[in-house]
Amino acid sequence: MPALPLGTGGTYVAAAYVVFLALIFVYVVVIGARAARLERDLAALTDALDKKEAAG
Amino acid sequence: MRNGPGLFSASWALLRKDLAIELRTRESVPAMALFSVTVFVLLHFGTGRDTFSGGLAAGLLWVTLLLATVLGVNRLFVAEREQGGIDAVLLAPVDRTAVFIGKAAALFLYLVLLEVVAVPAFALLLLAQGSAVAVLPLAGVLLLTDIGLAAVGALVAAMASETRARDLVVPMLLLPLVVPLAIAGASATEPLLGAAGSAPELLRWLGFIGVYDMVFLLLSVAVFDFLLED
Amino acid sequence: MFGRGLRALSVATALAVLVAFGLIFFYAPNDADQGFVQKIFYLHVPLAIVCLGGFIAGGVLAVKFLRSGDRAWDLRSYVAIHMSVILGIAVLITGSIWAKASWGHWWVWNEPTLVVFLIVFLLYCVYQPLRFSIEDSERQARYASVFAITAGVFVPLCFAAVRLAQPLVHPRVLTGAGASLPPSMALTFFVCLLAMTLVYVTLCKVELTSKHSRDMIRRLRRRLEPAGG
Repeated sequence: MPALPLGTGGTYVAAAYVVFLALIFVYVVVIGARAARLERDLAALTDALDKKEAAG
Repeated sequence: MRNGPGLFSASWALLRKDLAIELRTRESVPAMALFSVTVFVLLHFGTGRDTFSGGLAAGLLWVTLLLATVLGVNRLFVAEREQGGIDAVLLAPVDRTAVFIGKAAALFLYLVLLEVVAVPAFALLLLAQGSAVAVLPLAGVLLLTDIGLAAVGALVAAMASETRARDLVVPMLLLPLVVPLAIAGASATEPLLGAAGSAPELLRWLGFIGVYDMVFLLLSVAVFDFLLED
Repeated sequence: MFGRGLRALSVATALAVLVAFGLIFFYAPNDADQGFVQKIFYLHVPLAIVCLGGFIAGGVLAVKFLRSGDRAWDLRSYVAIHMSVILGIAVLITGSIWAKASWGHWWVWNEPTLVVFLIVFLLYCVYQPLRFSIEDSERQARYASVFAITAGVFVPLCFAAVRLAQPLVHPRVLTGAGASLPPSMALTFFVCLLAMTLVYVTLCKVELTSKHSRDMIRRLRRRLEPAGG
């Protein structure tokens, strides 16, 4: 197993893979935010439905 | 088939309508020509050079022509949009393809008129003294490229006509799509502006432009119906 | 339901990526010319292939939408292009890093694949603004599909133009994707390609599931509101 040869361009290789990982993590954050919004919307819907059933 | 006029008489009628409007208002072609001459002046002051030659001259000429094309494409559906003419056209029993052919033909004529003004102006203002311009092959390259530009331009104009940020969408959509034409046009024009005369490369580039024209003409005819459906 | 099979797919993707990264760093030998820097190849090239494949797939799905009028195809086409644009950012950045590492410049105009990629990327960046500047949702789907088909046809044309403009065949590492690679490198490359394809498909499926859920919630709300208010 080769150690990370930082002198011979290893930093560039590391940078490229970090870019890929960063992109995936940014996407996870976006999906997380979207899941939170879905939950909030669903909660609002459930509330509205509860009220409607209580009223009618 | 609908019981309307044939494809070509319908396209011809639509083209005549556009040309009549352009003749009366004189909006697109003068603006395009004026724009390109202004860009030539800007090029002179921006670069601090009096003349250009060879590949640089060909490239600058083509970039200017393509930017002027953006202006024409932006105005292509303007009459329909402002006066609701497109509804009248769509109500008439004509093939939707006729709308595309009419618009593309109008744009083609505008481009030819633009080049009649802009190319001599470029030669006069910026081309290096003593360049032997091969006029006929150059006209051939320009005309062949105009077919492709007209096809892509009409398609892009129709695509952008229903969007909110129309004048932003047109250049962003059109310019990447015509990059192959810019490459081929500039490469084919370069030997024609210099002293070298025509080169064996010319036929290869003309072939490529021809393929581009065919592809986008066929594609536009195939998808144009979906843009006008209602 | 877009979420069906998503769990199995995600597990397969995670495994494939792990195996691929393992092969890259512990199995594939260092390149004779480029040395360790060549490891970027296993990330950059599969990403680029998957990204272009996604653009073409977006065009094919758009044809399916225009043929059938089924909005699910339009949604698939939209998500395919959306994800490809995101991967495209990674392709451009990793390509730029590779160019810097092996040629000393962050950008090289004589590498045709990279240049074409930039043009194609710039074109597809317009998809989103075009789509969302049309208000009517039915028309939005139609216009976006026309764009997807036009751009899909444009990709090979652009490659042809840039290739023709290259004066001579210039020495390149990735000629014919793996054809000239030694077997251990070729194996690693194909595993990486598979892994990236799986990553792309999984991301698309996640996106589709989330967009579909949002649309269903909207429809539910619309059904509830006139009755409730």
